Amino acid sequence: MNKIGSNTFFPHKNLLGMEGLLADEISHLLDLSESYVEQNRQANKKRPLLQGRTVINLFFESSTRTRTSFELACKRLSADAINMSVSTSAIKKGETLLDTAMTLNAMHPDVLVVRHPHSGAVKLLAEKVTCSVINAGDGSHEHPTQALLDALTIRRRKKRLEGLRVAICGDVLHSRVARSNIHLLNTMGASVCVVAPVTLLPIGIERLGVEIFHNMAEGLKGCDIVMMLRLQRERMNGNFIPSLREYFHFFGLDAEKLANAKPDALIMHPGPMNRGVEIDSEVADDIARSAIHEQVEMGVAVRMACLETLISSVANEGEAS
Amino acid sequence: MTGMKGRTAYINARLLDPTSGLDKKGALLTEGEKILDLGAKLFADGVPDGIESIDCSGHCLAPGLIDARTQLREPGDEHKETIRTAGLAAAAGGVTTMLCLPNTHPIIDEVALVELVKRRAHDAELVNIHPYAAITKGLAGEQITEMGLLAEAGAVAFTDSLAAVSNAMIFKRALDYASTFNLMLVQHPEDPDLANGGVMNEGEMATRLGLTGIPTAAETILLERDLRLLESTNARYHAAHLSTTDAIEAVRKAKARGLNITCETAPPYFALNETAVGDYRTFAKLSPPLRGETDREAVIEGLKDGTIDLIASDHAPHDQDSKRLPFIQAESGVIGLETLLPLTLELYHNGSLPLLRALEAVTSAPARIFRLSGGTLSKGGRADLVLFDLDKPWKIDVGRFRSKSKNSPFDERPVQGIVLRTVSAGRSIFVRGT
Repeated sequence: MNKIGSNTFFPHKNLLGMEGLLADEISHLLDLSESYVEQNRQANKKRPLLQGRTVINLFFESSTRTRTSFELACKRLSADAINMSVSTSAIKKGETLLDTAMTLNAMHPDVLVVRHPHSGAVKLLAEKVTCSVINAGDGSHEHPTQALLDALTIRRRKKRLEGLRVAICGDVLHSRVARSNIHLLNTMGASVCVVAPVTLLPIGIERLGVEIFHNMAEGLKGCDIVMMLRLQRERMNGNFIPSLREYFHFFGLDAEKLANAKPDALIMHPGPMNRGVEIDSEVADDIARSAIHEQVEMGVAVRMACLETLISSVANEGEAS
Repeated sequence: MTGMKGRTAYINARLLDPTSGLDKKGALLTEGEKILDLGAKLFADGVPDGIESIDCSGHCLAPGLIDARTQLREPGDEHKETIRTAGLAAAAGGVTTMLCLPNTHPIIDEVALVELVKRRAHDAELVNIHPYAAITKGLAGEQITEMGLLAEAGAVAFTDSLAAVSNAMIFKRALDYASTFNLMLVQHPEDPDLANGGVMNEGEMATRLGLTGIPTAAETILLERDLRLLESTNARYHAAHLSTTDAIEAVRKAKARGLNITCETAPPYFALNETAVGDYRTFAKLSPPLRGETDREAVIEGLKDGTIDLIASDHAPHDQDSKRLPFIQAESGVIGLETLLPLTLELYHNGSLPLLRALEAVTSAPARIFRLSGGTLSKGGRADLVLFDLDKPWKIDVGRFRSKSKNSPFDERPVQGIVLRTVSAGRSIFVRGT
């Protein structure tokens, strides 16, 4: 049997979150990702590294970019990828999460990539299966590959992570992207602040190592990176905000608010964007400053690196024993 | 009348300023809208030519009153009151700034409506008017309003007027959201379920009259709930018209704990008790209702030790058709703009409060809490002034009130202290005829 998680650089069976990962482990994943960026820009993007391996993308929540990104990452490494989404799965027929996991596990996949609307569900599943698990987003908890692709984008543009000032703006309360980014950026030595109305900040967020602002002009002052979060329109029903226009007026990123950040500050957004809600088209489409499309490109490279790291970690140990 | 650059000297005045503790004979000079100078020695050698001179004959010159809670009925109920008639009543009462509730028709829950009230207030050319906006859309207690934009348009604070936001989660979100912009929420502290169907204070009086009572717990429970919610937020919170011993004690303890809370009461709650509604006097029907004598005494205690920060008139004009009804059907509320000063001075004349503390409750305290300019006599500050005869005895005569509605329970009450002149932004907007 395969033993788990013995890759010297990344001694873990799963990638469930950024919390608790060491700076060296994160750097390893970023360095490896970097090597795939060029490959993905070639005409022939395919390499036989994971030939014969099986990856199941199990999505309990709708997703376009993350699922596509993982699927492409598998194909470019020659792994066999199967996509399962909630609409086609047995979950619809009443099967529990763990039964679904055990059923899929019996088919001997190498990696399960799982997205679930409930925080902690991916960890629960990972405890049950023998293969590796990558968390592709669980509730409001973590989205580690998003944080890695954001970090890779920043590192390529700014040549470093350490010492940078990063503002994460918007619906931090419901955001797994924000939590994963806060953990990663703090571990890598960046300084992080969050900017949002009080209703969209979770209690105790400052204990995660961030500075809190309720005003964009103040929060963006001196920032190298402005990271906008998506505002889900249903948030208005819970009295988190009164209206989209008020939200945009005070917290939407436009040229005027952006002027408070450093002149070369980078604009990022995990997508999909709500133009005119959290971001103005003028800044979202600013080629010089917006890294939004680059983030998507880095996503594929990062996911290739994660798949390779987890599979090779398990495989190497298996061969050695 | 003074022009923009015109100077006016108020001489032989007893200058009273609660902020600085000033209580001295002296003079005050205004230029245009501002106070240019004041002091004991000013114009000791007479007033130079070119300056209009007003002899105060030793009477009290104090900051114009700031009334933190009024209903002006415009737009929508102009048969009861208008911004203009309320402005005239305010001027006659020494009030130079009014904060008005959003329970008009339409309800003030949109930016354009805040702008409408401000424009009409400006056009009336009388006193300062700062509109409150609603906490929830349509005062329905469900969906928070665009507080940030409303505040930018000029909403001074937020309140659902005569109703509490009863859903604790919605009120917590409202507090949190308001704290984003450092805005003030004002609560009518009354549990709507406990108060439902009640028309007066619960107790022996209500039992004798055969009316449904509202328990004092309706006020205490909602207030104490809000205090718990305040523990976990930095929001600014103000409790309107407190009327009960227990609620006042709860605020006293909360302030001692360092909570960010202020509160007010209104003259009926220290000048009357529940016996005023005997004989089914609808003019004494209020929300919250007039309480028992021990509660009345607790209100005065609260004012004495500063637990209650300020006194607002709670001006609530109603026409005869809304009040001349069976008690249960009559509207709640009394007018108060023209009785705010004499009833507040009653607390001085009967020895309950020092004069400057009584004035503080209607001038500098509301200015501080609602972050308004005015409410003080200071160089460079707005020339909003009231000149009054502190000791003059008179009988309240509702028939002479400027207010369009006459629903006051204080008609024919003997009081001491009368407004002689009211100055708004340097301009005399009321002068009592001799």
